Amino acid sequence: MGENPIISLQNIGVSFDGEAVLNHLNLNIRDGEFVTLLGPSGCGKTTTLRIIGGFVRPDEGDVFFNGKRITDLPPHKREVNTIFQKYALFPHLNVYENVAFGMRIHKKSEKEIRKTVHEMLEMVSLSGFERRSVHRLSGGQQQRVAIARALANDPKVLLLDEPLGALDLKLRKDMQVELKRIQQTTGITFIFVTHDQEEALSMSDTVVVMDKGFIQQIGTPQDIYNEPQNAFVADFIGESNILDGVMHEDYLCEFAGRRFPCVDKGFAPHESVDVVIRPEDIDVMPPSEEYLTGTVTNVTFKGVHYEIIVDVKGFKWMIQSTDYQEEGALIGLRIQPDEIHIMKKSEYSGTFGDYSTFSDEMEEDLASSEEVEREE
Amino acid sequence: MKKAVSRVYLTLIYIFLYAPILLLVVFSFNDTDTKSRTVWSGFSLRWYEMLFQDRMLLEALKNTLIIAVCAALGATVLGTVAAIGINSMKGWRKKLVMNVTNLPMLNPEIVTGVSLMLLMVFVANLFGISLGMGSIILAHITFCLPYVILSILPKLGQMDPHLYEAAQDLGCTPLRSFFKVVMPEIMSGVITGMVMAFTLSLDDFIISYFCSGTTQTLPVYIYSMTKKRVSPEINALSTLLFAVILVLLLIINIRQGRMGKKEEKEADV
Repeated sequence: MGENPIISLQNIGVSFDGEAVLNHLNLNIRDGEFVTLLGPSGCGKTTTLRIIGGFVRPDEGDVFFNGKRITDLPPHKREVNTIFQKYALFPHLNVYENVAFGMRIHKKSEKEIRKTVHEMLEMVSLSGFERRSVHRLSGGQQQRVAIARALANDPKVLLLDEPLGALDLKLRKDMQVELKRIQQTTGITFIFVTHDQEEALSMSDTVVVMDKGFIQQIGTPQDIYNEPQNAFVADFIGESNILDGVMHEDYLCEFAGRRFPCVDKGFAPHESVDVVIRPEDIDVMPPSEEYLTGTVTNVTFKGVHYEIIVDVKGFKWMIQSTDYQEEGALIGLRIQPDEIHIMKKSEYSGTFGDYSTFSDEMEEDLASSEEVEREE
Repeated sequence: MKKAVSRVYLTLIYIFLYAPILLLVVFSFNDTDTKSRTVWSGFSLRWYEMLFQDRMLLEALKNTLIIAVCAALGATVLGTVAAIGINSMKGWRKKLVMNVTNLPMLNPEIVTGVSLMLLMVFVANLFGISLGMGSIILAHITFCLPYVILSILPKLGQMDPHLYEAAQDLGCTPLRSFFKVVMPEIMSGVITGMVMAFTLSLDDFIISYFCSGTTQTLPVYIYSMTKKRVSPEINALSTLLFAVILVLLLIINIRQGRMGKKEEKEADV
């Protein structure tokens, strides 16, 4: 990976119909990186991608490509290619002509075109599909043609706008591996937009978490998961118990009515903070004075583990454990110092983290409503 | 019983609809010297022969064809551009423009004709020219436009809007993207619109009558023939017109049928 940014967004601001979509966005992307823009729908991630592609002109700020200002450069002059959400394959052309499209525009020789098309189709495992009409391809195959068509143009940067959104789970997993492999063999910078946190964590070198037009956190997947910057990131990436707490001094915090030793420091004495504890980091113990104790109110089998909701003095904790617990049982929760993550208070404090309203149905509702939004 | 009644009813409807045309076609082949339109006296092609020796009529036919071709091309180009503009509009603006576009179709043709004539006369006086081919072509483009727009808009609506962007992404200028990607997608709508404009222009009488000045179009000429004398020539001419329109209609329907089948096939896969 090169040290100089290949793409640099500086102080970008965009609004549609008077509504701010992006605010003072700064982002540097290094050459050869796999970067994911992650966030809920309406967070501005697709707009960011379209600014890099040249389809949206920012109201303020500048876009740089290899140090050159390209803010006013139209899409067809940019050395980036896009894979659109629904692939946008040209229906009147067959697979071969779709992949050859960019090269024909750039007046490459017929011989070169043939060679590249075959190489690209081989790379996406679609050799022999050249004469096929794009209507007669499955979703996954169309996806591969879209990748081949973009890569045939030999872009410096590939932009992917929720490319796996329309595929079913199994196929999506396969394509994740495939995309990662293609990125590593070609060494092209990938900028990938998704609302699926698991996809972001498993594929990226760098994850950019966005919400409400602001970047919430930039970091490696490990950083984002283990050291979330605020309650939004903690909640959006994986499951989290987020509690109000007080940082009495370095390495000592208080939450849920108890003092706990922890590994964080650098806060003001007695500063109010948000405390994050991941459900899989909590150990179930027999009830005792030593631990927080609570009553099991709900147990759900998830395959790998049980999801256990525990009521501790009115706050509902989520615990993930491989051991089954009886509903109504009294249990103790052991929390080790290095499992506690302390965050500064933010605008998101208090909006996430309690599982009292938690139910599987609600999550499904949210997922399906997001589906509908994307359809539009 | 019920079925029989409905069959009879349907047959009656079709008889009423097509009997006059059938009669017209039959009597266009009538061999008569008395110019009677009601007495059958044998088969002949003489009225067709006479038709094609009529200098005035051939002149009118030529005018009509020129006008129809120009009007169809003009309305198609303008209509395609307009449809793209309307398609990219949103909310109340789109609704407003659509209503303004559709209004002339509902407007009584006589009103459209008179209003177009007033405008043409006004403009012609302004530049010291007289009404003729030019004014008819302009008038025909005007009244064909909404039909063209209406036949293209659904095609644009079905198209993935990202196609246009994808072509630019791969290196096409915006204009080239339009011709390479958008045009092939909406082509069927464009052709349907053009054929429709052509047939509308071909058989238009009212608007042509008001805007033609001294230029004769076929429908206007036929009308003037009926005023002077009643000749079976008209039967022959009307039969020919009917045949041309019928063929064009068949072409449109077969095209649409094929497209429907194609889409079904695609949906199956």
